[in-house]
Amino acid sequence: MDKPFAITLDVGSSLANHTGSWRTQRPVYLDRIPPCNSTCPAGENIQGWLYHAESGDYEAAWRVLVEDNPLPAIMGRVCYHPCEGACNRAQVDEAVGINSVERFLGDEALKQGWKLTPPAAESGKRVLIVGAGPSGLSAAYHLRRLGHQVRIVEAGPYAGGMMRFGIPAYRLPRAVLDAEVQRILDLGVQLELNTKVSDIRRTMQEGGYDAAFLAVGAHIAKRAYIPAGAAAHMVDAVSLLRSMEGEEKPMLGRRVVIYGGGNTAIDAARTAKRLGASEAIIVYRRTREKMPAHDFEVAEAMEEGIMIKWLSTIKRMGEGTITVEKMALDDKGFPQPTGEYESLEADSLVLALGQDVDLSLLDGVPGLEKKDGVVQVATNMMTGYPGIFAGGDMVPSERTVTVAVGHGKKAARNIDAWLGGKQYAPAPKHEAATFDLINQWYYADAPKTVRPQLDLVRRQTTFEEVVAGLDVTNALFEARRCLSCGNCFECDNCYGVCPDNAVIKLGRGNRFKFNYDYCKGCGICVSECPCGAIKMVPEPS
Amino acid sequence: MLKQIEGSRAVAEAVALCRPEVICAYPISPQTHIVEALGEMCRTGALPGCEFINVESEFAAMSVAIGASAAGARSYTATASQGLLFMAEAVFNASGLGLPIVMTVANRAIGAPINIWNDHSDSMSMRDCGWIQLFAETNQEALDLHIQAFRLAEELSLPVMVCMDGFILTHAVERVDMPSLEQVRAFLPPYVPRQVLDPAEPVSIGAMVGPEAFMEVRYLAHAKQIQALGLIPEFAADFRKTFGRDSGGLVRAYRCDDAETIVVALGSVVGTIQDVVDEMREGGVKIGVLAIKSFRPFPLVEVREILQHARRVVVLEKTLAVGIGGVMSMNVRMALTQVALKGYTVIAGLGGRPITKASLHRLFADAHADRLEHLTFLDLDRKVVERVLDRERETRRSGPIAENILRDLGVVAARI
Amino acid sequence: MAFEQVKFYQTGTFTVGNRLLEPELRSVQADTTRTNSLNSGHRACQGCGEALGARYAIDAAMEATDNQLIAVNATGCLEVFSTPYPETSWQIPWIHSLFGNAAAVATGVAAAMRAKGRETTRVVAQGGDGGTTDIGFGCLSGMFERNDDVLYICYDNGGYMNTGVQRSSATPPAARTATTPAMGPEPGNVFGQGKNLPEIAMAHGIPYVATATVADLRDLEAKVRRAMQIRGARYMHILVPCPLGWGHASADTIRIARLAKETGTFPVFEAECGEVTSRLPIRKRLPVEDYLKPQKRFAHLFGPEPATATLARLQALADRNIRKYALLEET
Repeated sequence: MDKPFAITLDVGSSLANHTGSWRTQRPVYLDRIPPCNSTCPAGENIQGWLYHAESGDYEAAWRVLVEDNPLPAIMGRVCYHPCEGACNRAQVDEAVGINSVERFLGDEALKQGWKLTPPAAESGKRVLIVGAGPSGLSAAYHLRRLGHQVRIVEAGPYAGGMMRFGIPAYRLPRAVLDAEVQRILDLGVQLELNTKVSDIRRTMQEGGYDAAFLAVGAHIAKRAYIPAGAAAHMVDAVSLLRSMEGEEKPMLGRRVVIYGGGNTAIDAARTAKRLGASEAIIVYRRTREKMPAHDFEVAEAMEEGIMIKWLSTIKRMGEGTITVEKMALDDKGFPQPTGEYESLEADSLVLALGQDVDLSLLDGVPGLEKKDGVVQVATNMMTGYPGIFAGGDMVPSERTVTVAVGHGKKAARNIDAWLGGKQYAPAPKHEAATFDLINQWYYADAPKTVRPQLDLVRRQTTFEEVVAGLDVTNALFEARRCLSCGNCFECDNCYGVCPDNAVIKLGRGNRFKFNYDYCKGCGICVSECPCGAIKMVPEPS
Repeated sequence: MLKQIEGSRAVAEAVALCRPEVICAYPISPQTHIVEALGEMCRTGALPGCEFINVESEFAAMSVAIGASAAGARSYTATASQGLLFMAEAVFNASGLGLPIVMTVANRAIGAPINIWNDHSDSMSMRDCGWIQLFAETNQEALDLHIQAFRLAEELSLPVMVCMDGFILTHAVERVDMPSLEQVRAFLPPYVPRQVLDPAEPVSIGAMVGPEAFMEVRYLAHAKQIQALGLIPEFAADFRKTFGRDSGGLVRAYRCDDAETIVVALGSVVGTIQDVVDEMREGGVKIGVLAIKSFRPFPLVEVREILQHARRVVVLEKTLAVGIGGVMSMNVRMALTQVALKGYTVIAGLGGRPITKASLHRLFADAHADRLEHLTFLDLDRKVVERVLDRERETRRSGPIAENILRDLGVVAARI
Repeated sequence: MAFEQVKFYQTGTFTVGNRLLEPELRSVQADTTRTNSLNSGHRACQGCGEALGARYAIDAAMEATDNQLIAVNATGCLEVFSTPYPETSWQIPWIHSLFGNAAAVATGVAAAMRAKGRETTRVVAQGGDGGTTDIGFGCLSGMFERNDDVLYICYDNGGYMNTGVQRSSATPPAARTATTPAMGPEPGNVFGQGKNLPEIAMAHGIPYVATATVADLRDLEAKVRRAMQIRGARYMHILVPCPLGWGHASADTIRIARLAKETGTFPVFEAECGEVTSRLPIRKRLPVEDYLKPQKRFAHLFGPEPATATLARLQALADRNIRKYALLEET
């Protein structure tokens, strides 16, 4: 073509004009830590595994999940999911059902027989773990994956700790527990049952261990002094729940009173109901708002016919009756006695007043600090004695399975570093993906999927699992409700909305990069990123 | 084939023989008969493969032609007077973009006062728009120039305006020799655009050009017109070979060789002047006439060559450059740089005022005797204008000049 | 609605792409092989809505026509920032003639294609609101009335931005421009509907008229696609916020367009042969203040003494749109 000078131009020639020079600030991609991840006591990369679940790649999702927590099927049942409480989606409609998707993935893994990844190389180090509860199992898993020889010594007859002896089967079927424990053992973790460690230093020395992780749990029920007649039948909740695992089921009678306000009290009450009690009454000294038990568990219990006497303390127990004093909250919210009494008919009283730790195995170990019945640990989970680490209910923290799993992971990483003569340095914390960074417009309205529940009559009479799981379609739906806060999920928005075509799409899984030759720094990509995975920074001068 | 037809019809048939692909039509006297005829030919199939578009204004007419031409279609339109002014912006644009559009301008005066009759004010207003401007003396030449115009336009990638006097030519029924399609095809090759909008080879046409290149762009436009000075006579010669008659060219000199007085003129009035020249020659007056065929580009060399031997030049124009006088005179003067001869500008025939032989006789005789003023208005009613001017000197009065004159003549109601 | 809205996924079809969607359900803009009709290196301001809207629309048209497309451009920002000698940002055959004649030039191109039997090559004319509703209106109306085979796209940023933000007949009421300053008893632009070009286009009875914004890409692309399935005169009116003229942050271009739609200020709909056939419903109705406040051109309405009467009038105009186009009803 004979193009007239200056009037007619060759297409695309503006590429010679690098408009990036106009910029005073530039966009950069980043990964922010979503509230679910930052809240998870087990440090799960929740957004990370949901990302794979969203595309239906459940095995990839499960593999990301078990990088942090080897017990997803258990977690999906017993975790109190603080992640959901923090979920940004709760401010749009309802929190993503993270726990239900986790359970789905856990169950799917068991169904499909997915195996955990064995260690790449052996370190030659030996680590002793005392206690086969969630913390010990978690530590064992992580240490094994890091190549260490791991042996768990457990005092009880089964692995699982409080997951077995504290959580009723209607919340955690034992087959699930057994399968997830076995999967860890399959990595080559040794388990020795019915063996109580009474002197940790001797056991370590005899076994040639380079380090130890103690996670013996809190199994000693707290007592309260309640005057009682000789015929009064009183039992503690820990024993009650533990005895459920034995051959002989405990006898509680028709009318059972449970004293306490924690989750254990609820578990005990619901267990009593299932054991045939026509009345199961929880006596708690404060109000529902003040009750430490999780609200959904209280609700489920009440659905099942559990009654709760609020603002009440037990003064004494006689034969078939309990005397209760009414309380009133003072200005500070503490219950104060009122002098008003009433009687409750009761065949037995279950005390659910908390648990203490048996720290006898640490007797004589120098440098340890014990306080409030638990052992103090440094930020690296090491006790005052080098090489001995501790976690779970025996150290100061909230006592949940998930926290325990988190302790196990954290301890494992620190033990690994310690064994190598190094200091474990966790990756620097990313910026938080707060709700204000979310561009809500882009998310479709999609309310949470409700998990089906067992028929009420069967709930009251059997130990079948109360809450069922999601199926493939609704698990996918639920996973896709994730906003992917702070982490690119390849929606192509930045690629599309740039008026200067200054975003390069790198292909599936590889995200995007900026072409700073042309990016003028307008910031539309930042505004229109649904999940807050881009930010503006000053242009380097 | 000889035909006794109206000038407009002759032009329409010639245009049709050039097989344009897009024709834009908007009515304005006196060009309407041309597009009407073309529209009819499109409907009947006499002009096959041509899109005939009834646009909503002259501005749109030229714009549609621009689009069609840029997309590679041979494009044509016709206009006159106000219409040409209304499309002015697009007229400049077509030449700026180098699009070989051919347009007939049926020359007509420009208002106010509104006047539908012939003069050259419209074409002259566009003299610097970058188009080639050819002026026809006769209907035959008007017909012929259109055929040459397409070839010239497409060869240079420049638009060409064929100017023919409104009514005098457009509405005159005369005998013309209409060529055959084969003849036209032999003379006019198919349109191969220099640049074209085509998805197969995309380009951006119509860039914004700043101070760094604008001068060069304008110079190149000028250079193209200079190039046309060579091509116009070449194509006229070629035309003669194909069609056997003289038409077009840059200039046509009549009895100028030994002339002491040479009249320079444009368009159909040349015929009248030629008759007067013949009659004056019989009386022994050495007078000739030079017809300018190509007003743009202006053939400075040819004009100079012919005029330099004369003693005086009379430029007779159908346009008034208000405030100075003649338009063509200035162009002629440019040709006569450093040539010493007397120059007279005569403004004649504005708004269709007849230019009679009698008046021309008087005029040329005066010129030949150097009794003429530098700027003369042929057959101007001195009494009327003097009266208006006198009165205006006495009482300052605004209002339309035309109406005031009519009042003075008693044609409209007495003044208030 | 003109496109299949997928709600199931976390972002469904609200985002440009979505790795979870089948490729055919993704937008043209999500595709790495998109034309980038208006390529990098153009000189539009930071965050230019028109640059974005033009690429959205023309890329979609390219896709719909299998790249057999010629574009005609009116004078204005889009033309000036895309083709300053010696560089052009266009990747497609493109011509700029004048400010007021884009529709007519496009008619000429379409006529040429028809004359040459190349009717698979389609024609798009584009211009700003000044070139469309004001100076180019005559040519546009002519093109409509003749039903020429042209898709005309108006990128409406409500004023003459290229010349320094003067008022056009598309400038909204009360808006401050360089020629409607925020001074005197009635600051800003005069009240009224302006020249409602989409409705005027509908009054011509042309086969297709649609409005869109840069905030709803899928909708915009679907409309371009629909327009390209139809022969004859078609008109699209795309709202493209102008950070410079409207006085909003460059990062907010899309957000502002979204607010225009969500407040009912700018109804998004499509019409065939003069009848409204679909509209994009408001997802979450917002008061007009939400749209006006981030824009400096309306700042005079929110001084120490808010112009409540003016705001009420603007709200009434939005309410009227909502009623008229049933913008709150689910489709």
